Amino acid sequence: MQAPYSRYRNDPDAIRALVRPREVHRDVYIDDEVFELEREHLFANTWVYAGHASQAPDPGDFITCEIGGKPLLISRHTDGEIYVNYNRCAHKGTRIAGEACGNAGKMFRCPYHGWAFRTDGSLLSVPLRKGYDGTGFEDMPMGRGLAPVKNFRVYRDFIFVKLNDGGPDFESFFGDSLSTIDNMVDRSPEGRLILEGAPLRYMHRCNWKMLVENQTDTCHPMVAHESSAGTAVKVWKETGRNDRHPAIELLAPFTSTYKFYEEFGIRVWPNGHGHTGVTNSIHADYSEIPGYWEKMADAYGEERAKAILGDIRHNTVYFPNIMVKGPIQTLRVFLPLAADRTLVESWTFRLAGAPDQLFARTLLYNRTINAPTSIVGHDDLEMYERIQTGLRADGHEWVNVQRLYEDGEDLDEAIVVNGTSERQMRNQFNAWVRFMTQSMTRGMSPAGIAANPAPAAGAERPVAR
Amino acid sequence: MTGAEPAAGSPVAEKDIVAFVYAEARLLDERRYEDWLDLFAEDGRYWIPAEWDQTDPAMQPSLLYEDRFMLDVRIRRLRGVRTYSQKPNSRCVHVLQQPSVEAMDDAANSYRTWTPFHYVETRGDEREYFNGWARHDLMLEGGALKIRLKRVDLVNLDAPFGNIQLFM
Ligand code: FES
Ligand SMILES: [Fe+2]
Repeated sequence: MQAPYSRYRNDPDAIRALVRPREVHRDVYIDDEVFELEREHLFANTWVYAGHASQAPDPGDFITCEIGGKPLLISRHTDGEIYVNYNRCAHKGTRIAGEACGNAGKMFRCPYHGWAFRTDGSLLSVPLRKGYDGTGFEDMPMGRGLAPVKNFRVYRDFIFVKLNDGGPDFESFFGDSLSTIDNMVDRSPEGRLILEGAPLRYMHRCNWKMLVENQTDTCHPMVAHESSAGTAVKVWKETGRNDRHPAIELLAPFTSTYKFYEEFGIRVWPNGHGHTGVTNSIHADYSEIPGYWEKMADAYGEERAKAILGDIRHNTVYFPNIMVKGPIQTLRVFLPLAADRTLVESWTFRLAGAPDQLFARTLLYNRTINAPTSIVGHDDLEMYERIQTGLRADGHEWVNVQRLYEDGEDLDEAIVVNGTSERQMRNQFNAWVRFMTQSMTRGMSPAGIAANPAPAAGAERPVAR
Repeated sequence: MTGAEPAAGSPVAEKDIVAFVYAEARLLDERRYEDWLDLFAEDGRYWIPAEWDQTDPAMQPSLLYEDRFMLDVRIRRLRGVRTYSQKPNSRCVHVLQQPSVEAMDDAANSYRTWTPFHYVETRGDEREYFNGWARHDLMLEGGALKIRLKRVDLVNLDAPFGNIQLFM
């Protein structure tokens, strides 16, 4: 979709001008063309989460997803490995797999004309194949099968995909930020996560970046969540009960003071990743789950088990669009649908070998905090949607991200800062510019048909065959 | 009615059970949330599964599985002055098919109904439309019917939703 005239396409300088050291222009949230360019560039140049290998444990299992608007098909082949292909029949384009996940058996069979593909995506058979004899079938790219996605990486069962070829490799893109995924996996006595249960799906009429920024926004809970967490704590006090209520245990920390957040720290990593809760977090004071510690100590030894469970980091943002909570085993994926529409899918992990009760708490957390029925979610969604409409106001065209800004700060430096800093937001926008412009050259032709010159006036038009 | 034969001398009549389900929905439509909460038994629960044919509210993902205390929190939040997502207040309407009484077991003090419904909840100028089946698991407490479990299965429970702030 191209606007009648374009302000940002093919103009990396115009994109760069949207981000200043202490503020970002509202167009990053509300402009349709910027959104289209994010799908074409940002989501193609970064390593984007696509699925979890535990969703496809057996040969023939598959997962489907979309990245930057492109449908993908992830499958487990008979060799036990994961393969990623575009979810598009090599023949005429039919989406090969329709469901979010499932098992294809020995092959993917296109429901239109019956071309069949092995579970690694290679072509298996074509009905009435003789019709292609002598037509040069083997020379056509489709003769090889589904179009593969070359750059993908399965890291401790997390599947990340990079659609474009350029830019940093997986290790340099994520660097030390992978320690959050490591910690979450290590919390399983067997060192394995199982993604279990349907995701809770929550539609937001706002830009996806507001949600990502909110993950490290520590100056909003005491204000925005006064109505939910604040009320919960108040009503609990009124009951005079002195046992622990499982939902209050999860909600009460949202009322923590500014001081608590200032002190708990934020760690930022290069390329837009970062996490809140370095020395303390809202997940630090949960009740013990009987039997869990013993299993961890058995598996890792007491010292190592203590170190794993003592890492209680709060929200880890993996740029561009996921957030992981290690101590509570949840994953939130912020799926951009339009400049003003974001689907949030919140997933839960079971720690292999851990007591059921731990998974019950993960599920309780997910529905209490992340569901469309969550009172905490209600507070947040209201704010995002008010921003989305508020930004149309003139007067201030820029959105402020300067809390605890320091002159000359180097956003490619991994560093721990005050927990109420907006440095992680600045870090995200620094990465945003980098990966928006990486594959954009000034005045380049719009993405689309390459090298197919328009016929000269009067020349014969090519005839469709 | 499916096989719910009231025993002679039953402490509760089928028509009272049906009337209870209608009255419960009406309290919600009239925003009488505190009166609605009074309909729940001491250990009563309100459950919206997030999976089809769900059997376990706590070990499978649910949209809601609230006890009386958390329902009270939700009600107090709806009434709160700093509840910005309730400016203006949401309203709702339930349209119920006639509840079918599925079980009347005096000995076990258990009365169960099944009620297909349509439900609309507003948020400012917007409204969101939901459909599904409500299952009421009722009991007698001090001579009055109380909700032991209200289970709401949505027909599109796996679809994305915006804010659901009231009660179905
Ligand atoms: S489109 Fe798939 S077989 Fe023809
Ligand atoms: Fe929040």
